[in-house]
Amino acid sequence: MTGWTQINGTAVALPQENVDTDQLIPARFMSAPRADGYGKFLLHDLRQDAADHVLDRHAGADVLITRRNFGSGSSREAAVYALVDFGIRAVFAPSFGDIFQSNAVNNGLLPARLRDAEIDALLDAIGTDAVSATVDLEKCAAVIAGHTLTFELDPVWQEKLVNGWDDIDLTAQHNDRIKDFRTARFAAHPWAVPAS
Amino acid sequence: MTAPQTLFGKLWAAHEVMRRDDGTSLLWVDRHLVHEGSHHAFVKLESRGLKVAAPDLTFGVVDHYAPTRAGEMAADIRRMIDTLGRNAKAQGIRLFGLRDPGQGIVHVIGPEQGLTLPGLLINCGDSHTSTHGAFGALAFGVGATEVAHILATQTIWQQRPKTMRITVDGELGAGVTAKDLALHWIAELGADGARGHAIEYAGPAVRALSMEGRLTLCNLSIEGGARLGLVAPDQVTFDYIKGRNFAPKGADWEAALRDWSQLATDTDARFDREVALNASDIAPTVTWGTSPEEALPITGHVPDPARLSGSKQAQARAALEYMALEPGMALDQITVDQVFIGSCTNGRIEDLRLAAKVLAGRKAVVPGLVSPGSAQVKKQAEAEGLADVFAQAGLEWAASGCSMCVGMNGDRVGAGKRCASSTNRNFKGRQGRGARTHLMSPAMVAAAAVTGHLADVRPLLEGRA
Repeated sequence: MTGWTQINGTAVALPQENVDTDQLIPARFMSAPRADGYGKFLLHDLRQDAADHVLDRHAGADVLITRRNFGSGSSREAAVYALVDFGIRAVFAPSFGDIFQSNAVNNGLLPARLRDAEIDALLDAIGTDAVSATVDLEKCAAVIAGHTLTFELDPVWQEKLVNGWDDIDLTAQHNDRIKDFRTARFAAHPWAVPAS
Repeated sequence: MTAPQTLFGKLWAAHEVMRRDDGTSLLWVDRHLVHEGSHHAFVKLESRGLKVAAPDLTFGVVDHYAPTRAGEMAADIRRMIDTLGRNAKAQGIRLFGLRDPGQGIVHVIGPEQGLTLPGLLINCGDSHTSTHGAFGALAFGVGATEVAHILATQTIWQQRPKTMRITVDGELGAGVTAKDLALHWIAELGADGARGHAIEYAGPAVRALSMEGRLTLCNLSIEGGARLGLVAPDQVTFDYIKGRNFAPKGADWEAALRDWSQLATDTDARFDREVALNASDIAPTVTWGTSPEEALPITGHVPDPARLSGSKQAQARAALEYMALEPGMALDQITVDQVFIGSCTNGRIEDLRLAAKVLAGRKAVVPGLVSPGSAQVKKQAEAEGLADVFAQAGLEWAASGCSMCVGMNGDRVGAGKRCASSTNRNFKGRQGRGARTHLMSPAMVAAAAVTGHLADVRPLLEGRA
């Protein structure tokens, strides 16, 4: 995964609460190999049921503005794949599902938290248009539809996104400590080894 | 003297391999459970030329795509199941495949096989991994990148969640179950009410729950946004575990009991947040909308969006439109097209017993599917005569799997159809495109089956011991 620091693009609005991962990608698409691309599955049923969905009208959007508890529900990382493969690189919302946030950061997608009032103002300003959006990951700052904003982002996640870090590489340096931990744990608590 | 600790604090400390300066901890994983959906993670592992670090602590199970009815498997379903089989074989992982007598839903068979134990850290690429916390285990769902990381290292990086205790005093009434308790608190606090928190469930009403009830309660923690749920282990827990396949035996069992007796929150330990509920306030509860937080007692009415404000109003309107419900209608006037009993939330033997108690000697007036949570639950239910009760009531008795909770195996609710369901998510399209889901306990599903509408199960249980 490659890191990033800036977005200069467009934002669209999805004025809904609780956009869960079943909506982000319906389960029936999840047997597809990632190599085929997941962008076409993003909010599939919602987009098909709407006459002229905002994501179809503005298929080049980079940033999504939405309401609380975005990405709640299933741990399916495919929900993030669908967003990323569609071209979305940042989502702004008052809150996110915990597992979704981790999945997002592991795939270079920024889950940025704003206050409810800021989201309300953005959703009003954007309507069904695509508006200009710039995001500065290092400063945790954005300008969306002319609104200057600073967002909340965990510093660890910021670092991972900026550097495009992969945890497996990071952890490999600690292999000896992990090995020692295993030995000590199972020596002290032999019952923790699966019996058979 | 060390400072008083929460159960969560003790479990976290026991698994911390190291902590970075930024506060993120590397945690040791005692059990890693994988399923067909883990294919992305195996691809990641392969692309780096890595092997599974601890195949002895990794267990595979076919559940999400498991067919529950006889007949030809669709090609993509067969491919998903075969892929898991191939990955498990290549990596030396014990697999509970389709024909294994131990097969079932991952969160049902973990406990059933004695793989889930107090004091362990358990991960699985499935959000309902919170279920296993019912044993006093640190158990939480992870995404595919994290699954790959655990496969490669048997560890996971985590930021420490905040702690929250939900204390439930009093006693649940007859016909009121752990499912109702869970839907009740989620409706009170919201679907993100416990976001970023590890919940410990405590109090007499929680202590009084069976293991099955505690599993249901912890299972639904994620629907309230929590990272995980916990119940401190006690004699109920130990009695459940003893003698199970992978459970400790002999001297290990004695050592385990000594360790497990320490797994409780110390008096005076502090939680970041405390919530108090009274069990006697809880009635059989059903969802009316498209989020688990949109739940009310069965004696209530569909909310009127006009009486809500701001984004809540828009949300309720959208939910009612999708669910095709009128504001203000009595919940027990909502007719259903079909029912489903099963899932990692409510597919255990006690769930089936309670549903059968309602169904015995009665006929379902709508079609329905019953999918036991595991092959063992199926066998036991057949031995106890429960399968016959379901069949005589006119419900279809199927094999075990995630089935109609998530629809991946083809067990789906049709567009526009309304289903009373013992599952965990009433999200739009969850049970099938355009499907309308009402969540409730298995007993309440049985009540809906015999009346054809959402119904209070309590009168139907009167006089039935």
